[in-house]
Amino acid sequence: MNDTTAVTKNEHASRTDAATRNEAAQRSDSALMPPVDVIEDSAGITLRADLPGVPKDKLKLQVEAGTLTIEGEVSIAMPESMEATYAEVSVPRFRRVFTLSKELDTAKVSAEFKQGVLSLRIPKAEHAQPRRIDVKVS
Amino acid sequence: MYRSLFARDVFAELDRMQREVQEAFDLSPSIRGIGRGGFPALNVGGTPQSVEIYAFAPGLDPATMEVNLDRGLLTIAGERTPDLPSGDDVKAAVHINERFGGRFRRVVSLSDDVDPNTVAADYRDGVLHIHVKRHQSAQPRRITVQ
Repeated sequence: MNDTTAVTKNEHASRTDAATRNEAAQRSDSALMPPVDVIEDSAGITLRADLPGVPKDKLKLQVEAGTLTIEGEVSIAMPESMEATYAEVSVPRFRRVFTLSKELDTAKVSAEFKQGVLSLRIPKAEHAQPRRIDVKVS
Repeated sequence: MYRSLFARDVFAELDRMQREVQEAFDLSPSIRGIGRGGFPALNVGGTPQSVEIYAFAPGLDPATMEVNLDRGLLTIAGERTPDLPSGDDVKAAVHINERFGGRFRRVVSLSDDVDPNTVAADYRDGVLHIHVKRHQSAQPRRITVQ
């Protein structure tokens, strides 16, 4: 009986601990900058970003007033009692902001997120697509 | 390992500078050099029962990854094919190229009390998690007083 109480108490304590940690992390606004590749071809721009450890539901993409914001929260299941001995990824958040140019059609952005790699395709607006003009010889 | 050959890439340059400063101040670097900044990034943690290693290696096929544990040395190796347009595609321009591409290998030396027969690895959301149990004899035990 006594044992069970102790266990529940412990669980509760660790949960509040985690909650405080979460809050602290949210207050401090630091985030890692994910490495990206940006490739442009005649029809649009392809952007790929590495966001390891970010599950699909913790990824936030936002296009607003000509800026693209990529935000992701790292969420990895770890054993309760684990103590970190060495860390290269020390901030559990990714964020990066890009300025988009006018000829990009932000309404037609398509995104794919697979194994921590985000692929974004931003097509160019219809009027900005290159057109080949046929020269007629009369 | 990072591509800092692109002079206009300020962030990659800053990364490199930070790494160099760190190397200069670290008085006792490991025999395998400074691991920081390589691909994949590693986090290592431990519990009384196990050692947990997290490798941040997004976009890989789990089947192509090589994870070896040999005499206390854990090796993570593999290859990530860069998905950049090939050189003959003249219409495509690469504006930013920061993501790692190519072969990689990282080595971690583990403590002596791990049991090499109990390694388990899984890959999820681009993170490779390796879990190695410690030997039964090395685990904390409560001794009952009779």
